Amino acid sequence: MILDLTTDNRKLALLANSIRQSVVRSLAEAGSGHLGGSMSSADILTCLYFSILHHDPSNPSWQGRDRFILSIGHIAPVLYATLAEAGYFQKEELLTLRKMGSRLQGHPGRDHKLPGLELSAGSLGQGLSVAVGMAIAAGMDNSQHRVYCLNGDGELQEGSIWEAAMAASNFKLDNLTAVVDRNGLQIDGPTEKVMALEPLERKWEAFGWNVVECNGHDFTSLMNAFNQAGAASGRPSVIIAKTVMGKGIPSIEGDYHWHGKAPDKEQAEEFIKEITGL
Amino acid sequence: MPGRFLNKGNKSTKTGFGEGLLEAGRVNENIVVIGADITASVGAGPFAGTFPHRFLSLGIAEQNCAGVSAGLALSGKIPVFATYGVFSALRTTDQIRVSLCYNNLHVIIGGAHAGVSVGPDGATHQALEDIAVMRVMPNMTVLSPCDASQTRLAVKAAIEECLGPVYIRFGREAMPDFTREEMGFEIGRAQLLCPGNDLAIIATGHMVWEALLAAEELEREGIHARVLNIHTIKPLDVTSIVNTAMETGALVTAEEHQIIGGLGSAVSEAISSHFPVPIEFVGMNDRFGESGPPHQLMDKFGLTASRIIRSCHSALGRKVLKK
Repeated sequence: MILDLTTDNRKLALLANSIRQSVVRSLAEAGSGHLGGSMSSADILTCLYFSILHHDPSNPSWQGRDRFILSIGHIAPVLYATLAEAGYFQKEELLTLRKMGSRLQGHPGRDHKLPGLELSAGSLGQGLSVAVGMAIAAGMDNSQHRVYCLNGDGELQEGSIWEAAMAASNFKLDNLTAVVDRNGLQIDGPTEKVMALEPLERKWEAFGWNVVECNGHDFTSLMNAFNQAGAASGRPSVIIAKTVMGKGIPSIEGDYHWHGKAPDKEQAEEFIKEITGL
Repeated sequence: MPGRFLNKGNKSTKTGFGEGLLEAGRVNENIVVIGADITASVGAGPFAGTFPHRFLSLGIAEQNCAGVSAGLALSGKIPVFATYGVFSALRTTDQIRVSLCYNNLHVIIGGAHAGVSVGPDGATHQALEDIAVMRVMPNMTVLSPCDASQTRLAVKAAIEECLGPVYIRFGREAMPDFTREEMGFEIGRAQLLCPGNDLAIIATGHMVWEALLAAEELEREGIHARVLNIHTIKPLDVTSIVNTAMETGALVTAEEHQIIGGLGSAVSEAISSHFPVPIEFVGMNDRFGESGPPHQLMDKFGLTASRIIRSCHSALGRKVLKK
């Protein structure tokens, strides 16, 4: 059954909260993984899967579905948690993350056959090209589905991203929406210290994209952004979502050391308390 | 005329690629060809001209070409992305590894301008490392057809029969076109071109004709050399190669590619773990090519029938004679 979408902020907030808890638990059980970006993208993914994407958890290969490409494969934990929340598989399976034989590989691996995964990914800078290919194919087939791609801001340092960006506007892919998780951080520190990206919006505009900025943790702002993107004609759209690494866990918000770390069991309990506000 | 083979007239393998692509395009509307600015040079001109709505000009952006191919394949298309092998195999290696091979997508990657026979363009454009890099990728099929007629069949087979990614290498220069339709083309099968049990020459690509010339000359010396055409480097026909080692006792491999990591290495892997015999390698000796006329370059770097003959004598000299 095609998932019933909602525009109700409170419902979305509850879903995001549940997804965040799942991420923390699965990472703690795994003993490794990427918490920071999983948290900064949690609201974006919640909004996509429960408010924007036309998809059917009971039929992951439905041809008419919107496509979502997770280019930043390392935040697989939050994609998995979102898919589970949406009903693609049982939530219990989230505790198998990164384990031998698990369908939930450390970075998404379609060879392990987890329902709902569009692309095996993990090497940064590739997903947008794949999304471009999908969008071109949709146009060739006169298919009405849309293609979405989530990129990291550090990931935009990869030149291959800009090859894809150039092609997308050349091909007038108005069925393509990229989202940038603009949390301002990467492994070595702030993006603006490692390899500055600003002025970022102007770069995308220069490449011919429709640029929409939003608050990546405010569902109204996110939904408006997706609507604006969807209305663009003759140009692809990019949503620069201003986010905070570690969002939802106040004690780690803004701390880039949590890019590639997983909480231990004790920390996990603390983090769950912070997420649920208890 | 080596053995039973007649040169039907010199023709470039890239022309064969273009013909096969066009024929396949006529019967399968899912084929989409991606151009990286050198469409005609890689033989894709006829397809692009006939099916402009299925030809995507992506410009000098090979990494994007590989990624877009993945997206197209995930959407039910059969993408064919061809540019010079130095770019289609090497610049895109990460994309090929992750987006194509790890995702196991049906994409055909054409590697044009293989070998030093590229000529005056020189080292940067002469693909001599592509077989090594492509064959090490899990899920990749690697084809290296020996002439224009075979390249035409190879690209069609890659499109119609393969399920995952395929790399096909072919050349620029017009070279002898000698294979016959009735020989067929079976991916993964070594082709016996010439019987013989004194030793075997195992060759690929442009070196197959040189191997036939060498066998013809050796025949005059009373040496019966078997010639095998390996048009499929991966999956390698290990059974045929091991049987050949067992039946002949000495091997010479020949390729327009670095000795390190290419056909010779693949054959070595096969025989050393099953039936080790003396083996000699004809190929590029760990150096880059350079500018020059194609045949002079092949002479300079020993990619010739006469080098194969010398290697055959060496191999025979090392052969352990059965009592």
